[in-house]
Amino acid sequence: MRKFWALLVREVRGYFHSPIAYIVLVFFLLVTGADFYFQVSFMNQRPASYSVLEAFFNSVFFWFAFVLIFPLITMRLFSEEFKLGTIEPLMTAPVRDLQVVLAKFFGAFVFYIALWIPTLIYFWIFQKITNQPAAGSAGAYWGSYFMLLLLGMFYLSVGCFASVLTRNQIVAAIISFCAITLLFFLGLVQFVLLEVSSGMRDALGYFSAIEHMGTFSRGIIDTRPIVFYLSMTALVLTLTYQAFQSRKWRL
Amino acid sequence: MIKVENLTKRYAGHTAIRDLSFEVGQGEIMGFLGPNGAGKTTTMRILAGFMPATSGRASIAGFDVFEQSLQARSRLGYMPENVPLYSDMRVTEYLDYRAALKGVPHRRVSERVGDVKDLCGLRDVERKLVGALSKGYRQRVGLADALLNEPDLLILDEPTIGLDPNQIRQVRELIKNLGKQHTILLSTHILPEVEMTCSRVIIINKGRIEACDTPDNLLGQIRQAGGVIVEAKTGTDNGAEELRKISGVRDVTVNREDDWEVFRLRVESGLDVREEIFKLAAARHWALRELSQRRATLEDVFVEITHSDQIGLG
Repeated sequence: MRKFWALLVREVRGYFHSPIAYIVLVFFLLVTGADFYFQVSFMNQRPASYSVLEAFFNSVFFWFAFVLIFPLITMRLFSEEFKLGTIEPLMTAPVRDLQVVLAKFFGAFVFYIALWIPTLIYFWIFQKITNQPAAGSAGAYWGSYFMLLLLGMFYLSVGCFASVLTRNQIVAAIISFCAITLLFFLGLVQFVLLEVSSGMRDALGYFSAIEHMGTFSRGIIDTRPIVFYLSMTALVLTLTYQAFQSRKWRL
Repeated sequence: MIKVENLTKRYAGHTAIRDLSFEVGQGEIMGFLGPNGAGKTTTMRILAGFMPATSGRASIAGFDVFEQSLQARSRLGYMPENVPLYSDMRVTEYLDYRAALKGVPHRRVSERVGDVKDLCGLRDVERKLVGALSKGYRQRVGLADALLNEPDLLILDEPTIGLDPNQIRQVRELIKNLGKQHTILLSTHILPEVEMTCSRVIIINKGRIEACDTPDNLLGQIRQAGGVIVEAKTGTDNGAEELRKISGVRDVTVNREDDWEVFRLRVESGLDVREEIFKLAAARHWALRELSQRRATLEDVFVEITHSDQIGLG
């Protein structure tokens, strides 16, 4: 456990020691800030049937920034170690492969959470100034941020997997970007293809991040996406673990 | 301490090492020599648990490096070639991190990190970023890292590569001192270093062990055990032939430098022919300005054993 902790701390520090972290933070806060500003001004012009929180988490801006950050966060995880050769001292220390994989995943997860914390200020400012609630209920906050964690886990695990496949960070970023985009649009296929069976439609619906976020940001907690994202994360991390172990045979 | 049996590693397309077997006993400093691409790094990586062998077995302190990898790795200090380090960490921070990874007990971490910093002369740079260190200091950080968990066995892959002569001397002294408490397997290209530090030497070439013995025995074994250099003004053309007639001389080559001729004699091992040469020169009235014997070095051993692929080096 102590080794895992040491690895995790090193991963998280690694983010804040590199310029990438700050670039991602700035980019992300700019886009989400603009998103928030536009939603509020838009709602100012005419009465709306949804809350600021719902608008914020269901806009094009939000999804644009959301899909882009994962490759940026995860591309360096394994690729950099392969490229710089630091994987050698790392894996000749008495640590387990699984510890390394999990530490890298949770390191990215911690950074991801740190990315979202400042956005809470937006709603706090809104409430201070307007004296109106930014969300329909407290549950809507919990729901949308909880959904962020679930979606984040899944997409981060996909990014981890992409990074373990190559020693080139750019290639890792492109793989994870394509994979995440595909997964993201998989949920929209049901609206495009009309001739799919209802079973297929339901199955595709499980991938619909937009739909899930829509539900959760209204404060409705559905257990199906929870189970889905947790089990998909576990599955992709297992794949990552296997791919990481396979490096020994590919060397 | 190390036991290697029939170790073979095949990469796609070529075999890096074949059928390697050797043992390194407790407290030995074993030198690992070979031309580039001979399989040294591969062998060391397998021993360090970084990659598995294709076939064969290897164990460290009785633990199989593959089956019981964690136990084997925790008894080991490994310094990879070129010492890859996280450049964004500070020296002390890096060593603290490595100590935790290697399972150094929490309350002993600062003591151990302090010790290795003293031992490797890292006090001056302890607060610097690893990325800002010179090659020599990076090398020392790698060595300090390898020593953190007080390992029974140290595996050092080219610990002095890229260092200046002073640093090489410092590292050599360090290794010699470490050899008093640790078993060491080290690879290097700097042969005088091996002669000075190692108790035994393995020479591998093209993935096979060509020789495994003490440096002294190896020196005794080679055919061209030594040579004599004679610089003389003979005034004739048959100086070389005259020299060749001396018993024990196997071969003579001549170079001209202005009026002087430089003869290089290969002599059978254990013979000193300098007196004979002096008598010859005196009898023929040659002017002599150098008459010296060259002791065979490990370099000669190395070149002789690995000669086949050292084209153009003769």
